[in-house]
Amino acid sequence: MMAPDLPVPRNLERFPELHPAFDSQGALAEANRCLFCFDAPCMGACPTHIDVARFIKKIASGNLRGSALTILDANILGLSCARVCPVDVLCEGACVMLKHDGKAIEIGRLQRFAMDSFYGSGAKLTSTRRQAEGPAPPVACVGGGPASLACAAELRRQGYGVTVFDNRPLPGGLNTYGVAEYKLRASDSLREVDLVRSLGVEFRRAEVGEAVTLDDLEKGFSLIFLGLGLGGMERLGIPGDRAVGVMDALQFIERYKTSDYVQVGKRVVVIGGGNTAIDAANAAKRLGAEKVHLFYRRSEKEMPAFPFEFDQSRVEGVRFHWLAQPVEIVEREGRAAAVRFVETRLGDPDASGRRKAEPLGGAGFEVACDMVIPALGQSGFMGLLHESRGIRLNGRSIAIERPTGRTSNPRYYAGGDCVNGGREVVDAVADGKRAALAMARRLAEAANARSHH
Amino acid sequence: MPDLTTNFAGIRCPNPFWLASGPPSNCGEQVMRAFDAGWGGAVWKTIGEPIVNVTSRYSSVDWNGQRMMGLNNIELITDRPIEVNLREIAEVKKRYPKHAVIASLMVESKREAWRDIVKRSEDAGADGLELNFGCPHGMSERGMGSAVGQVPEYTRMITEWVKEAARTPVLVKLTPNVTDIRVVARAARQGGADGLSAINTINSITGIDLDTFTPRPNVGGLSAHGGYCGPAVKPIALHLVQQIAADGEVGLPVSGIGGIGGWHEAAEFMLLGCGTVQVCTAAMHYGFRIVEDMTDGLSNWMDEKGFHTIEDFRGLSLAKMAEWKHLDLNYRIAARIDRDKCIGCELCYIACWDGAHQCIHLDGRADPASVEAASRARIAVTPNPKLDAGQAAGGGAAAVRVPRVDEEECVGCNLCWLVCPVENCITMAPVETGKARESWEMRTSRNS
Repeated sequence: MMAPDLPVPRNLERFPELHPAFDSQGALAEANRCLFCFDAPCMGACPTHIDVARFIKKIASGNLRGSALTILDANILGLSCARVCPVDVLCEGACVMLKHDGKAIEIGRLQRFAMDSFYGSGAKLTSTRRQAEGPAPPVACVGGGPASLACAAELRRQGYGVTVFDNRPLPGGLNTYGVAEYKLRASDSLREVDLVRSLGVEFRRAEVGEAVTLDDLEKGFSLIFLGLGLGGMERLGIPGDRAVGVMDALQFIERYKTSDYVQVGKRVVVIGGGNTAIDAANAAKRLGAEKVHLFYRRSEKEMPAFPFEFDQSRVEGVRFHWLAQPVEIVEREGRAAAVRFVETRLGDPDASGRRKAEPLGGAGFEVACDMVIPALGQSGFMGLLHESRGIRLNGRSIAIERPTGRTSNPRYYAGGDCVNGGREVVDAVADGKRAALAMARRLAEAANARSHH
Repeated sequence: MPDLTTNFAGIRCPNPFWLASGPPSNCGEQVMRAFDAGWGGAVWKTIGEPIVNVTSRYSSVDWNGQRMMGLNNIELITDRPIEVNLREIAEVKKRYPKHAVIASLMVESKREAWRDIVKRSEDAGADGLELNFGCPHGMSERGMGSAVGQVPEYTRMITEWVKEAARTPVLVKLTPNVTDIRVVARAARQGGADGLSAINTINSITGIDLDTFTPRPNVGGLSAHGGYCGPAVKPIALHLVQQIAADGEVGLPVSGIGGIGGWHEAAEFMLLGCGTVQVCTAAMHYGFRIVEDMTDGLSNWMDEKGFHTIEDFRGLSLAKMAEWKHLDLNYRIAARIDRDKCIGCELCYIACWDGAHQCIHLDGRADPASVEAASRARIAVTPNPKLDAGQAAGGGAAAVRVPRVDEEECVGCNLCWLVCPVENCITMAPVETGKARESWEMRTSRNS
């Protein structure tokens, strides 16, 4: 697939950014509200530990370059995180001002202000702390998403060469292909990829496991970082789930973000209760669907989506329906024409601690539609690991030692969704950074050992 | 309702709030609008032989997003002819007979020049005269303004010349740009002054343009030092006013000037003995309308305290100032943190460690570096209801962020209380020492 010029012009109009940017007056006023806490809780709440108070005070002092570098030093994807982070449950949720006057400092928007100013000025990250050692890069990152980008950038900054292998036309992973366009434009994700590339990271498009095998990687690289993400979305597993007119949420989001051509039905049914379900439902609405109905088998209380996502979606005009589970996609004239649901009730808590949805009997009810978007979450993506390599799994995730990202095979490190089951971009960045620091220590120790012999 | 009418050194006015001599009192039209807004008096923009001004004239110091914490000017005295100013004074007095109009004067240091301007001002109807011996820029280079006020002999001499001719009260406006303001104040007294105005502006350079390297204000690529005023100078002005008011050899009514923008500051100057207060920067910043809350706020405060007139509280704080050697060495206070009010910013903690005496602690942490190291080492993840089965959500950290004061070690310096952003969260509580009052002077005189 050839990527068109991004952003897709239609998207600029249909997906204006959800949160308006600060102008410099607004940013200055907001920055001056910050108390400059010691050991600020916002920093502690950020998985990448951005020194929030410090970058905010640099905005206040007019040192915008220093502010941006403070952010990027901790989090190379500071631009996308400023846009997509659920700040209410992270930095802003920890802000002491909530206890002071009830209004947290708008950290996300301030970070975005600093990042926009950095990218807008054409500034570059020039220095690496040490020159790369040896002719061949010592580390391979598998997957081109946030975890690998953060890992690669940190390794370069520590002075080590890295090659990133990604199987898609464009790097960036879900940041490029999977985030709602009004939160993060694919073109902004690619600016971050360019920043990482500018540090000297090499990108290669290749499907690891096919065009390039793990054997190849083990021969060519000392250490390997797995930033595989998750696999495709789970199928509904009901009759008709492969009908024409059924497209899972990630495919749908990818298509509208990177392609001019996307056809949305008039009546769309979205199935699922997570943030991705909501992103897809909102997008369907903005792309012209007349009615968008979102069905979730449990109740509002159990819905995994963040409350602010739910609130936004209701503003967009998405209709929510609780306690209904699909049992069949009804096909007519060769395409999906309706979804048949049965009602459910909430039973005892399951392993996740949330009350289980139990289908009630009966024939159920049909909801007519011409497009069905299942958003049931992504399956664990372990295809590559069938080759095993002695990498232990924890359920459907790769088991790691948390502080270092090291797997049970000491040559392999891992981070991001393939480790945490699918959290936020900032969690993937933190995983990648931790792993990079641990790998850099390993490489330094190895170099020391060599020089002492 | 308290009575704010004032008789200051023989000058009567409906309230003690005067416009200070400066741009807001430049012409009759402004002064009349100020009186309509509620000002009790105005000291006219200094009258003398008209001067030529430059542009630009002002520069300021902004602080944490607030404009004009301090203002600096290099404007000179009036640029309008003497007769125009005097004609307008006459007009204002005709229309506002009960309001005070004080003519601020500055002429070359010749007896005849002073006698002439005094007579003409009084003929125009001025209720009093204020001798501008304080202006620190421009005029001082020509032997006027602070060039007079910095030399006690000149101050006394010119005050004497003026008093020979004057029929109305004569106020001498003092410059703060001296080593000991009391010496000049005494000279004014010896020259026969009826009252003092303090302070005039402070020599200043407010800042430098970091692109052009030209200090502000920029006049075609050059700057000159100016006079500093506004909220930033209040503490300096209060101190100098107290010095004058507490000096037994001065003994003159004082009109307080310097950073007064509201009733709070007005009350403070009055508690240190001022009979009236003068305002310029705040009126330049927000307009004449600010006087409404000055009178209203001061009246309400006086009501609350049971004061009926300004004389009821004027000077009350003078007895509460002493030399350091008289302070009680055995008086002790210690900081206390209200755990329920604390928001966990830890500003008191780092202030005590880096700026004071290392007696505020975070339990379980040896020092600031170990606090920060522990935070960096902590692995934080975004909460996710689907993945965090049964786990307690984050939060809960607030309790461990409340610092603890070691009251034994606390020296009672106030710093933590000053930096705490929460009202009444840190209090400085008296600690019973069981010791009798003892000052440094008492201790050393006993030992000798």
